[in-house]
Amino acid sequence: MVAEFTVRTRHLIKEYVMGTIVVKALQGIDLEVRRGEYISIMGPSGSGKSTLFNMIGGLDKPTDGRVYIDEVDIAQLDAFELAWLRCRKIGYIFQTFNLIPVMTALENVTLPMIFAGLSMDDAIDKGVELLKRVGLGERIHHKPHELSGGQQQRVAIARALANDPAIVLADEPTGNLDLRTGRDIIMLLKQLNEEKGVTVISATHDLKMIDVSDRVIYIRDGKIDRIVHREELDLQVGRVEGEEAG
Amino acid sequence: MKGRKRGSAVEESGIERQITLPLGMAIKISFQSLRIRFWRSIITTAGIFLGIAFLVSVLVSTSITNAVIAEAEEGIQARQIWLIAISLLVTVIGITNAMLMAVTERYREIGTMKCLGALDRFIVELFVLEAGFQGLAGSIGGSLTGVILMTLASMARFGARNVISHYPVFEILIWVVGGIILGVILAVVGAIYPAYRAAKLPPAEAMRVEI
Repeated sequence: MVAEFTVRTRHLIKEYVMGTIVVKALQGIDLEVRRGEYISIMGPSGSGKSTLFNMIGGLDKPTDGRVYIDEVDIAQLDAFELAWLRCRKIGYIFQTFNLIPVMTALENVTLPMIFAGLSMDDAIDKGVELLKRVGLGERIHHKPHELSGGQQQRVAIARALANDPAIVLADEPTGNLDLRTGRDIIMLLKQLNEEKGVTVISATHDLKMIDVSDRVIYIRDGKIDRIVHREELDLQVGRVEGEEAG
Repeated sequence: MKGRKRGSAVEESGIERQITLPLGMAIKISFQSLRIRFWRSIITTAGIFLGIAFLVSVLVSTSITNAVIAEAEEGIQARQIWLIAISLLVTVIGITNAMLMAVTERYREIGTMKCLGALDRFIVELFVLEAGFQGLAGSIGGSLTGVILMTLASMARFGARNVISHYPVFEILIWVVGGIILGVILAVVGAIYPAYRAAKLPPAEAMRVEI
């Protein structure tokens, strides 16, 4: 069954209770993402981007509303199915890279394949291939602390793609990187999106991301402020680059 | 089946349940984690070492005394039992504390593993293996140290020839094996609660924790 929408949310609400105060991080998000799209979720910090990221990725439970991945309500999955979904269907990329510090680049990339049941040999072959693809063929046996930020993020991208996921979720993937390295990472994500047809959803406030996105979803105060399509984007590039410079 | 109730959507989508972590891989990961925190691991192991060494010393010295002086029938005294119990209790508290720290500083790593598809069970397994290895190393060392020290002490007290000719090999073997098993059990018991608590957290929450 091929669903038209890879990701769909229905009236997604998330509230955090902090002492006596209820913080409304998401206030009813309705979102539809098509297969193969490259989506950027933009918004100032505290707007609910990361919360939305966590909900879509099945990393946290919504207070109310639904998340559908390939038309399956993920709230109905048990622990095993949820683990399977995180392992096989979704690849995660984080601002802080989140590589396992005790493992080499190659071991980090092979771990999700081991979870998925691949043999060690197959996992290593594929891991090496993926690391070559992201430009780290020479550094597969390095530990994360021996790699630069950009290189760590490349390992994280290779790891996210390990089990050929349908969706790659990226939470501020360029947030800890300098301008040029960030641009390289964005281009790499875009290339992989085109090559493999993988859906990319990226929470960001990096304006460089706008250039490559099919759609940009602006979030403000836990609500969708506006959605801008690619065709409309081209008209705005001038303004965007002006903002970046300032 | 549970799946039937939820309608056919889940089954049709091709979502499966099979996620694996081969034991060999789990052992390798926990070894790496111990190696990278070598000195901390040594301290935890030393705690187990001391507790088990004390226990085995008391048992072995009593066994040898009884064997050498046939009519002595010196039992383990109540005071000694108290001392043993308290030293083992301190050992368990020490291990639990060390594991709580080891788990807390690795919340992010735990969250990441769950993002990659790890089941809660894998997280517990990794920490229990880690603690088990520390328990094994500490209690093997502790048992052997206890036996050697008490054998030498008895030799000084009763004369080497007397001790060797009456040496209660079988009994001492039981104390050694028992000490090793107990050491591993104590280490694992101390680790299970912190590991279980960490494994239960939703990944997003685990990764949000700032230390």
